[in-house]
Amino acid sequence: MHLFLQQVFSGLASGAIYASLALALVMIYRATDLVNFAQGEMAMFSTYIAWMLVNAAVPFWAAFALTLIVSFIGGMVIERVVVRPVENAPVLAAVVVTIGLLLIFNALAGWLFTYTLQEFPSPFPDRPLFGALMTTRDLGVIAVTLIMLALLFAFFRFTATGLAMRAAAQNPASARLCGIRVGRMLAIGWGLAAAIGATAGIMVAPILFLDPEMMSGVLLYAFTGALLGGITSPVGAVIGGLIVGVTENLVGTYLIASQLKLTVALILIVIVLAFRPNGLFGTAIVRRV
Amino acid sequence: MAPILHLHAVKAFYGAFEALHGIDVAVEDGGMTVLLGANGAGKTTTLRAVCGMVRSEGAIVFAGEALQRRSTEEIAAMGVAHVPEGRGTFVGLTVEENLRLGGYTRASKPHDAMARMYGYFPILADRRRQQAGALSGGEQQMLAIARALMMAPRLLVLDEPSFGLAPRVVEAIFAIIDRIRREQRVSVLLVEQNASLALELADHAYLIETGYVVASGSAKALADDPQIRRSYLGY
Repeated sequence: MHLFLQQVFSGLASGAIYASLALALVMIYRATDLVNFAQGEMAMFSTYIAWMLVNAAVPFWAAFALTLIVSFIGGMVIERVVVRPVENAPVLAAVVVTIGLLLIFNALAGWLFTYTLQEFPSPFPDRPLFGALMTTRDLGVIAVTLIMLALLFAFFRFTATGLAMRAAAQNPASARLCGIRVGRMLAIGWGLAAAIGATAGIMVAPILFLDPEMMSGVLLYAFTGALLGGITSPVGAVIGGLIVGVTENLVGTYLIASQLKLTVALILIVIVLAFRPNGLFGTAIVRRV
Repeated sequence: MAPILHLHAVKAFYGAFEALHGIDVAVEDGGMTVLLGANGAGKTTTLRAVCGMVRSEGAIVFAGEALQRRSTEEIAAMGVAHVPEGRGTFVGLTVEENLRLGGYTRASKPHDAMARMYGYFPILADRRRQQAGALSGGEQQMLAIARALMMAPRLLVLDEPSFGLAPRVVEAIFAIIDRIRREQRVSVLLVEQNASLALELADHAYLIETGYVVASGSAKALADDPQIRRSYLGY
């Protein structure tokens, strides 16, 4: 029982990271009907920025904040420069653009920072908590994620810009008639998604070590979480990410060798698509022809 | 009175297809102009041209400023509130959020304006926390008009507010439009299939057929025109 609870809590910690990245995917999907396959690599690149800052003796949380700001701006620039030109292109063209971005960021990181594994400092000490049920590090990761999620939901719920972004995602034509600059809202959406991804990257880097491939597995888990929750539901993405984190950990502990854990994500994707394509909280996509 | 909106020789295009062939339409400041005509005549296209939603040629002047080559969101911020076909409600948001969006371009706090809207449409106050998609058709139309008025517009553009509504609901909505027009000093450009009701309330009317204005004048003159009576009023 002790081992089980231990694995559940450590699953929640990795699940929180998947949940963040899943939320970033869902935000962009809702705004542009586009799955951003580069979300993971963008997060990885952000993490390298944080790593450089920390190595330059910038205090951890200052580096964290700076990285989020840089990532936010970077996300907006990517939307303006790379994504906007294919806004009205067939969806496959846009998807290929995000895959291109994935490759570019991956190669760029390899070129700039090499493919060597780098140690990344954790801001949280690694001490057992509650009779070794979980560690302070797990608790820290969960806390950071929860704070970020709470801030995001408050932003979308209570601010004029957050509301305008939801309106622009839901009904762009109508949003324009309300005087909302839809293009700017999309750019802000990409910026926010990049900043959320950066948080996920910085939280996961002390566990996985930093290298250009760091986020490839995480992206797959996050994608599974987003699908499980329903790719249109932000709340679903968070819950889906947490479920994937816990499932992965439990299956890896009790059923299969932990090297095979990534298969769990693929199996989950297949199950979701086969039996519940709209996920747990998603709405059915109806296309009018 | 000078017109607040003036379209001069306006052509509008969907791709290469020319849907309006050079029309002249004016809305008096504080007045109400109605566009009549069959489906596909170009009424909705005229409204879309005003709001920069289709490509157009010619001159469109609103309050002394040319509207062409401005984006839809800029035109909205200048004081043109357009309630589009199908109402353009944000169905996944609550009634109150829809109203807040209407007030998006206003610098001041929207609470007073919102309270005024709840005064005009008390049913919206009762349903303020509900999703807009859960409202009835008539309530959604009221919400759409209220959302547009939250912008404190100088020109209210309404595309078939009676569409799909029961006659009694239509009359209630038009009564409120008439009242708001007087109280808020807002000019109205209206497209409407219900010609008899529209001609009662409007002061100017235009009859549009296949992209041309084929008749225009005071609403009363058009209502008395025997041909229009036969084709559009049915008596």
